[in-house]
Amino acid sequence: MDKASLSNDCAKVSQNAPGRASDSSGEQVSRIKHALTRKESSFSERFVEKILWFAGVSSVLIIALIFIFLFKEAVLFFKTGHPFHLVGLWQYDDWEGKNVFKMMWQSVSEVPKYSLLPLLCGSFLVALPATLISSVIGIGCAVYLSEIASPKVREILKPTLELLAGIPSVVIGFFMLMVAASLIQNVLHTKFRLNAFVGALGVSLVILPIVITITEDALRAVPKELRDASYALGATKWQTIWETVLPAAVSGISAAVILGFGRALGETMIVVMATGNAALVTGNIFSSVRTMTATIAAELGAVAHHSEHYYALFLVGAVLFGLTFILNIISELILNRMRQSLRM
Amino acid sequence: MNKFSKRILGLMVMTALAAAPSGYAAQNITVKGSDTMVILGQRWAERYMQQNPDAAVQVTGGGSGTGIAALMNGTTDIANSSRPIKESEIAKAKQAGYYPFEVKSAFDSLAVVVNSANPVQEISLKQLLGIYTGRINNWKEVGGDDRPILRYCRESNSGTYVFFKEHVLKNGDYAPDCQTMPGTSAVANAVSKDPGGIGYGGAAYYMSNTQLRIISVKKDDKSKAVNPVKADGTLDYEAAWTGRYPIARYLYMYTGFKPKGAIKSYIDWILSPEGQKVVEEVGYIPLQAA
Repeated sequence: MDKASLSNDCAKVSQNAPGRASDSSGEQVSRIKHALTRKESSFSERFVEKILWFAGVSSVLIIALIFIFLFKEAVLFFKTGHPFHLVGLWQYDDWEGKNVFKMMWQSVSEVPKYSLLPLLCGSFLVALPATLISSVIGIGCAVYLSEIASPKVREILKPTLELLAGIPSVVIGFFMLMVAASLIQNVLHTKFRLNAFVGALGVSLVILPIVITITEDALRAVPKELRDASYALGATKWQTIWETVLPAAVSGISAAVILGFGRALGETMIVVMATGNAALVTGNIFSSVRTMTATIAAELGAVAHHSEHYYALFLVGAVLFGLTFILNIISELILNRMRQSLRM
Repeated sequence: MNKFSKRILGLMVMTALAAAPSGYAAQNITVKGSDTMVILGQRWAERYMQQNPDAAVQVTGGGSGTGIAALMNGTTDIANSSRPIKESEIAKAKQAGYYPFEVKSAFDSLAVVVNSANPVQEISLKQLLGIYTGRINNWKEVGGDDRPILRYCRESNSGTYVFFKEHVLKNGDYAPDCQTMPGTSAVANAVSKDPGGIGYGGAAYYMSNTQLRIISVKKDDKSKAVNPVKADGTLDYEAAWTGRYPIARYLYMYTGFKPKGAIKSYIDWILSPEGQKVVEEVGYIPLQAA
């Protein structure tokens, strides 16, 4: 505690004292007490401030540490592995009788194959359809919530959406695996019961609340004056939504979609359970796929530390982290631009 | 200090106390590894703890590779494994200061299963190789219906995955469209729902499932097909012991050092007739009495 300033304060109090006729010594004491407690509270204030500062900075610190840790391990892959092997490698195939270019993820093998192509295929085949589905439903839902729904309906719908966000992804995954997968196969007669589409449906449930919340925020940020002007020009409600509100909020909405896409790329539990985990290079959405996240989740637990396989998994993690990081930054930039342009 | 900062200080002290290590049991043994052996390991632990109230045995799964990795990271006392430890793993362990000690604890027949709607009754090792490496893609090529084959296998951390790769695929690569399942019961669930599915795993997991059928396996074209399960629904011990059933294996336990003390008495108990009786109860094959 700062004793010098405290005694300084006491001195001020006592200096002031002679000037006032009615000052008694008792009042002086209470003043000094008051000054003391004020100092005390400013100390605890600073203490709390420090803690809050640390809490605020910690997220930046954590991200930086993860970044360093991940990339430090990932680059070690290139100590033994060839960068070209991340695409594929030539291997003699005794069935074909000639060298075949193999784009495979087969990490436990005599000649381990660490092609990232099947994993990228898998991740995008799940994340893109999932984002598409949840964008269509999510933007519709947000428009309804912010522009059309009466306050009463909103009161019911909003908490329900929050409930959806609260469902653990493992529960969604289990549901997709046990119930939805067979249902979808019976309807669409797909070869694989567990496939990218089943996974995408599950993942879209997870990112739906994200898309809705951010889109609704974007719509609400559109100034009332714009709507009023549109109505004043004789536009109907639908015309106002379609031609005034949506274009004004388009950057916010695209940020919502991009953020949802990033979250879809990172989703793990649902894709482990519902996509069948076959590392295929394919564009078929009804084929079984293996995503980057599922690969890390399934294999990292068993890998010998500091082996090539271990570093390869970190490399996959680094690619994934890099992708979602870029997506997040893009959406953040778009959101910032929107906030600035709407503030004018 | 006013009340608020005192509270914060108190909170910090409490957090620090909560993070401190809690007490130990007298003989704490941790066992980690093979998913195939999880049920067996837990039964062993339960029975052993009933008889030795001092002992505390904790069993978790994760896969044989996970168990062996944990052994050399020093996070487990015993690693269960459904495959022998690899040379590379021994070398890694020695680098970390461990000398893996091997104990053969039980026997297991690896069953090949198809959906009960599939008419195929037997298959040769060569056909299995063809199916799992992606050269045979339709059931009609092995005497079944005209239906595409859906391959199910285990994750690469599974001892069953490695054993099957070495003994059936002759170290070839699994076909890329092999769907990897996180556990034997996940394979059972998938094959029971897919009429074109094929899977493999410890026979004990599949015997009670009526939507699956364990098919007989031929060593080569000349030999007779052998089913790991006898006609009366019990495991065929003799076929596994003599190698008449071609894909049978030992189930191993590894310790970081030559076992002594509590760990030694636990392993000795497992190898005793009493421990081997548990093996039979769970549905695996006991070691052949010497």
